[in-house]
Amino acid sequence: MSLDSQQNAHHSQILEFKSSTFSVPVLVLVGNDVIAIEQQLQEKIHLAPEFFKNSPLLLDLQELNKNALDIDITGLTRLIRKLDLLPIGIRGGTKKQTQHALDLGIPAHSSHNVTASSVSQAQQAPDPAPVAPAIAPATLMITHPVRSGQRIYASGDLVILAQVSAGAEILAEGNIHVYGSLRGRALAGVQGNTEARIFCSDLQAELISIAGNYKISEDLNGAVLHQPVQIYLQDHTLVIKDI
Amino acid sequence: MARVIVVTSGKGGVGKTTTSAAIAMGLAKKGHKTAVIDFDVGLRNLDLIMGCERRVVYDFVNVINGEATLNQALIRDKNCNLLYILPASQTRDKDALSQEGVGKILDELKKDFKYIVCDSPAGIEKGAHLAMYFADDAFIVTNPEVSSVRDSDRMLGILSSKSRRAELNEEPIKEYLLLSRYSPDRVKLGEMLSVDDVQEILSLHLLGVIPESKSVLNASNSGMPVILDEKSDAGQAYADIVARYLGEDKPHRFIDEKKGLFGMFFGGK
Repeated sequence: MSLDSQQNAHHSQILEFKSSTFSVPVLVLVGNDVIAIEQQLQEKIHLAPEFFKNSPLLLDLQELNKNALDIDITGLTRLIRKLDLLPIGIRGGTKKQTQHALDLGIPAHSSHNVTASSVSQAQQAPDPAPVAPAIAPATLMITHPVRSGQRIYASGDLVILAQVSAGAEILAEGNIHVYGSLRGRALAGVQGNTEARIFCSDLQAELISIAGNYKISEDLNGAVLHQPVQIYLQDHTLVIKDI
Repeated sequence: MARVIVVTSGKGGVGKTTTSAAIAMGLAKKGHKTAVIDFDVGLRNLDLIMGCERRVVYDFVNVINGEATLNQALIRDKNCNLLYILPASQTRDKDALSQEGVGKILDELKKDFKYIVCDSPAGIEKGAHLAMYFADDAFIVTNPEVSSVRDSDRMLGILSSKSRRAELNEEPIKEYLLLSRYSPDRVKLGEMLSVDDVQEILSLHLLGVIPESKSVLNASNSGMPVILDEKSDAGQAYADIVARYLGEDKPHRFIDEKKGLFGMFFGGK
């Protein structure tokens, strides 16, 4: 009996390792002023509170270290956690920063480790090749209707080939295209991209927003309702134009 | 292969139980062995509509808890011997249902039955979630008014993201729209959304329109699924719906206010 169960324990697999890629927001720091960081983080979170709530976060200190700025990892981590974000990794940190993070249970992502020496090298290197622009986040394509109560977030552009129902919410860091009736809330440029635009073939939205500048349904001029329009930002004002 | 059908809506009072009883009876009458399960634990009604409330011994929760076998709890319908009813417990609440328990019962039913109709409670909480979780097909019952339509839309979102098929990345649940309590006269007066309005908002395949009808209340009171009342407009509407679901080509009726031949003869409203 006991032998049986032991054998079973050996034979029936109850776990498995898999390799998987995730898309995680990366917080790239370019300055080390903790107060300013907190303030700007709060502003960002305010744009999409539900999205950021308990969101995992990767800290990227490469830019900071390029400018030879240091930051207190413990304080930074505490601040981030206070804002209901969950740091799950660090990259581009110095040996000391990385070790510090590790002590706090935050693993290092090795690809961008910079040592103190490489920092000085980078500073000396004549005209270092600009950091290869991060590959543009892929466009997220949705072919089914987005129903009331559903939320969709795209880290790049968002293309929806169906309707977006009232009570649904679609968010994108880039542009939003809706080739159907847009009746829910559409927020483009949620990370502050003021160049982002919203395109839709039938505007009936509850709310439209670009980089935090928003209009609610009541503010929409009757002439643009039920029309194919594009929405963009001009001098901090939303412009709704026929297309 | 057995198919699990959930009859759901989000909103209450739109006709889920009436529809569950009618289509289960319709499928059985067409020769398919069918079970209909009441998921509304604590507020059971299906037994009343099916007219078997005086024969309930064991219920759904008893079977989940292992206090009775499925065969002990299933009640054979008095009008059709291919139809069985699994009543809900009236003395418990929805927390008595568990995903494993429901899954086990459905698996057992699938061995013996062709169709399993799950009558969902209103809302989007546990009972409704479990009723739709294992579904292959969903009948979305909607009344032609905005709040019902909005709730149906929400339920459609849940079907496409929280069901077993969605979680396992299988072929999505097939969704069908049933527009109930439809009154062409009131649509004409602008008091009610039209079929086209609802279709535009939900963009869903319309399986049928059930007219507002006195026969539904009469059927409920007498414990006979309305589909057995072959003279009534609602009964005919459900018969059409079952036929369409089974792949027959039936033109839609009861959408226009002009009275059809049946309307003239029977004064259908």
